[in-house]
Amino acid sequence: MDILNAIVVLLNFVIIPATAYGAQLALGALGVTLIYGILRFSNFAHGDTMAFGTASTILVTWGLTGIGISIAPLPTALLALPFGILITMVLVLGVDRVVYRFYRRVKAKPIIFVMVSIGVMFVMNALTRFLPGIGVDDIRFADGERFLISVRTFRDLTGLEEGLAIRTTQAITVVVAAICVAALFWFLNRTRTGKSMRAFADNEDLALLSGINPDRVVMVTWLIVAALATTAGTLYGLDKAFKAFTYFQLLLPIFAAAIVGGLGNPIGAIMGGFLIAFSEVSVTYAFRKVVSYLGPEGWQPEGMIQLLSTDYKFAVSFSILLIVLLFRPTGIMKGKSI
Amino acid sequence: MKKILLASATTLALAGGAHADAHGPVTLGVSLGFTGPLESLAPPMALGAEMAMAEVTASGQLLGGKAVTSVRGDSTCIDASAAVAVAERLITSDGVDGIVGAMCSGATTAMLTNVAVPNGMVMISPSATSPALSTVEDNGLFFRTAPSDAAQGVVMANIILERGIDTVAVTYTNNDYGLGLANSFQAAFTAAGGTVTLVAAHEDERADYSAEVGALAAAGGDALVVAGYVDSGGSGIIRAALDTGAFDTFVFPDGMVGQALVDNFGAEINGSFGQFPGTDSNGADIYHNLATAAGFDGTSAFSKEAYDAAALIMLAMQAAGSTVPADYAKHVMDVANAPGEPIMPGELGRALELLAAGQDIDYVGASAVELIGAGESGGNYREIEIKDGEIVTARFR
Repeated sequence: MDILNAIVVLLNFVIIPATAYGAQLALGALGVTLIYGILRFSNFAHGDTMAFGTASTILVTWGLTGIGISIAPLPTALLALPFGILITMVLVLGVDRVVYRFYRRVKAKPIIFVMVSIGVMFVMNALTRFLPGIGVDDIRFADGERFLISVRTFRDLTGLEEGLAIRTTQAITVVVAAICVAALFWFLNRTRTGKSMRAFADNEDLALLSGINPDRVVMVTWLIVAALATTAGTLYGLDKAFKAFTYFQLLLPIFAAAIVGGLGNPIGAIMGGFLIAFSEVSVTYAFRKVVSYLGPEGWQPEGMIQLLSTDYKFAVSFSILLIVLLFRPTGIMKGKSI
Repeated sequence: MKKILLASATTLALAGGAHADAHGPVTLGVSLGFTGPLESLAPPMALGAEMAMAEVTASGQLLGGKAVTSVRGDSTCIDASAAVAVAERLITSDGVDGIVGAMCSGATTAMLTNVAVPNGMVMISPSATSPALSTVEDNGLFFRTAPSDAAQGVVMANIILERGIDTVAVTYTNNDYGLGLANSFQAAFTAAGGTVTLVAAHEDERADYSAEVGALAAAGGDALVVAGYVDSGGSGIIRAALDTGAFDTFVFPDGMVGQALVDNFGAEINGSFGQFPGTDSNGADIYHNLATAAGFDGTSAFSKEAYDAAALIMLAMQAAGSTVPADYAKHVMDVANAPGEPIMPGELGRALELLAAGQDIDYVGASAVELIGAGESGGNYREIEIKDGEIVTARFR
């Protein structure tokens, strides 16, 4: 029995990575859920909006470090984030004006909106790759201190056999995500615009009757979504790596999170994000080491104690999605059913 | 209609073959992936093969002074039907006497089994490395100057064991290259008494590899063998493994050894090691100089092997005294291997002279050719290690 080491292994390989990943998914799912709630369609371009936002943040980061500005030990990208958000806001407002506004005017069915958003997704992905210096390569733009605690320091400090690493980016992810969520909820529940957005989401006709300006609601929604997407993308890119293509793959877990939580429900989106992240990581994690620390001294289980091979990582969010749609289509938090 | 087509194709083949056999110049097909995912490698390879042909033509020694001309064909890398079509064109309408190619393993297999073997044509591939080609039914017509990936697995197993490491975990990029290498390595390593704790695939083009590394870490091992690509998933795996402290010694096969490796990780991977095809024979240097003089980059991957492939065909023709594939195919192994006078690049004229005089030669060439088994390069590897954030050569094997 060696509970301490078991806990450390579990923290290092499951809990810490899943928490950071969950926070990133939650921010992404919030964006998807807001669009679904207020604009009433599933925005497939969300992953690539994140990619574009991250790419513009990277460009600003490079510009800042180029003229010698940095905020070490924190990554410069945090300073660049507001500029990245502004650029993305301009883009999504432009897209809304050029593309979505027409379909709103003709009152197109949601499925048409979804198809349109898939088109926007392709264009946005191409646009991201055309940005100067972005291309299709892996980009790591996390500067500053890499670790809050590195494996070696932790081992030296505690004398334990197992190491524990907390990357600066993981801590930043959780903190920034918490701030964003708090700000969003304050905005939705306390401000006039936020309340009008919720009214618009609940009942469009009633909201229009009571004098809410629909164009304004749509614009504010896009602005918030751009901010959320850029933040989520930048945090993901800081924590892992940025590549123009990989954000598309985030679409599945993000949608799974939003749907599991209940589409259109912000609290559900956050819960869904963490649920998906923890399932993805723990279902594919091999618990052999943890179990061998918990078992008697010197004993090691034969197999890997792994529910699913890591090849099936994406299958996890997909199966959760299917189960939820089959048995509780409105999600955990009673969102809209789809 | 089909019959007419077939008949005319056969007539063409006969006519072309007869024409080539009589007196005209010797024609060699250079069938490489000029378009496709490895297109940047093809031009220096073709130029290498053509340099050997020009050298032989200039020497005026081949079968009483025959000239050698090259016909290029684009066999692509991933389109088997394009590869088959180009092989048919080369054999039936261009009437080639031998083919240098193809480039990728899939294209090579398609050309060989569908066209070359039925037509009795010799193919020497400079760059197909799939282990499956070692056992393919080729009627003795197929050779390659590139080593099979299986050879690298054995070399890697030996290097690891010699460094006193006997338990490793393996991760490979989920494609034919990665799987083939991982399998051959696992077989060799276990046979030599080592233990492989886990063999797990990883996908390229992902942002996050913490789950993969988590499983590998749980399996444990003294080192992690990363059979991936340095510009893609391989580096992601190493990053995640270093961050979580899962492994600190890594083993790098050829897909991982590159400047990007030390650019990405520097001193963090000190003490890791690996191997990639390379030789200390000065044939490579001679070849580089020849290539530079000819105006192309001889250091480009598999350019040397292409030169050697073309040279082997022509030397075998000289040894057989015939340009008929069925005759000279039997002599490819003889001219490539000892005993005999060693032949370096740029000495093809002398080699032809020696052969004409009935003497043996041992073609060393640009890539230190030594054909083993069913006629493939045994492979020469450069063992490297990471010291102070730099790749240094430990030894050649």
